[in-house]
Amino acid sequence: MLEVVTTATLAEAAAAMGPGARFLGGGTLVMRAANEGDPTLRRIVRSTERLDRIQTEGNRIRIGAGVTMSGLLAARETAFLAPAARAVGGPQVRNQATVGGNLHAPHPYGDLTVALLALDGIVHLSNGQDMALEPYLAARAHPPGLVAAVSVTQPMGEAFRFRKVSRIKPKGVSVLSMAAHLSRSAGRLSGVRIAYGAMGPAPVRAAAVERALEGADLSATGIASALAQATVGLEPPDDALASAWYRREVAPVHLRRLLLGEP
Amino acid sequence: MAKTPVTFTLNGEEAATFVDAGANLLEVLRRGLGDLSPKYGCGQGTCGSCTVLVDGAPRLACLTLAETVEGQSVETTGGMADGPDLHALQKAFIEGFAAQCGYCTPGMLMSAKALLQSTPNPTREQVIDAISGNLCRCTGYEPIVEAILAAARSPRRSLGSPL
Repeated sequence: MLEVVTTATLAEAAAAMGPGARFLGGGTLVMRAANEGDPTLRRIVRSTERLDRIQTEGNRIRIGAGVTMSGLLAARETAFLAPAARAVGGPQVRNQATVGGNLHAPHPYGDLTVALLALDGIVHLSNGQDMALEPYLAARAHPPGLVAAVSVTQPMGEAFRFRKVSRIKPKGVSVLSMAAHLSRSAGRLSGVRIAYGAMGPAPVRAAAVERALEGADLSATGIASALAQATVGLEPPDDALASAWYRREVAPVHLRRLLLGEP
Repeated sequence: MAKTPVTFTLNGEEAATFVDAGANLLEVLRRGLGDLSPKYGCGQGTCGSCTVLVDGAPRLACLTLAETVEGQSVETTGGMADGPDLHALQKAFIEGFAAQCGYCTPGMLMSAKALLQSTPNPTREQVIDAISGNLCRCTGYEPIVEAILAAARSPRRSLGSPL
């Protein structure tokens, strides 16, 4: 039988977690499971603590786990995340879905997380611990705590790019999504971060592409070797939207468009 | 099973009820409070037929844990008409044949109402974006888009409050 535990603070909510428990953010994932009668869901834990602050900390921005996609779209500080926030669901879902919840959105969802991963996301947990987003996602089925906030690098100018490929617009789920943070040093690409969504069970970084772009310039010849390695080390899934083969075939095309700023 | 008391405003009037653990807002509106205007479609956030406004913003009632609307304002299509006088959007939907089977209509109306409250003179693209979370399998959307644009062109006072 399902029970709901409501706490005043996130720390208390963390203590109420356990087998069969899921934390309620905006409800788009947890309530769906409740409506379906998911037998693995036995306890819904929620907190009335407000986690909707957006703060600038030096060159990083800290976003409360409870900030919704609409909240990201409305705040000036997070304008650079607008293309990714807008890619999530329809208007109603964007009014509910939270940043914290997006980290746990199963394939093919989680477009925002792809952007956070490219922007060197760090997860701030309820127990005060900080954890890089990449290892957090790898172990997201068993997180070490509840997400209080996520911080990301604030990209300069045009350095951040995001693209979602879907069959239906304006609202469709991802065939794939891609984000790039094209940081530079002395005119050359340096420390570039590339992340993909719907190319694995959770959003992933494209390490081979990142390595190939180190020191390159953003031209058709400069990115050729990166495109050749667009899906190296990745295992894209087969699903109703696209086969793994199709995802491998189109990934280099979309990566080229993303990197060269083509439509 | 223990029930949780919930109090909120439904279409401007105070509503108080007890909800089962894990009950969604749609069940509570329909079964608990007898407001049958929001519809149950998919139960997973795809169709939008359960769209209601919570503090003025469109949300999916089926994906909203009922007790989270404590103290908030909930609006449904059931509260759109002013006595016998239909809301401008309702009139435009009738005049423009924007409802066929009618199952998506309450959700469409709520998404459209939220749009016109924030954007009284929307562009066609803004209308399409605003109803992008609402599926219609009958009309092909065109009459719905036209009806919302027609309602936006009608005199402001007939759009109801608050605007």
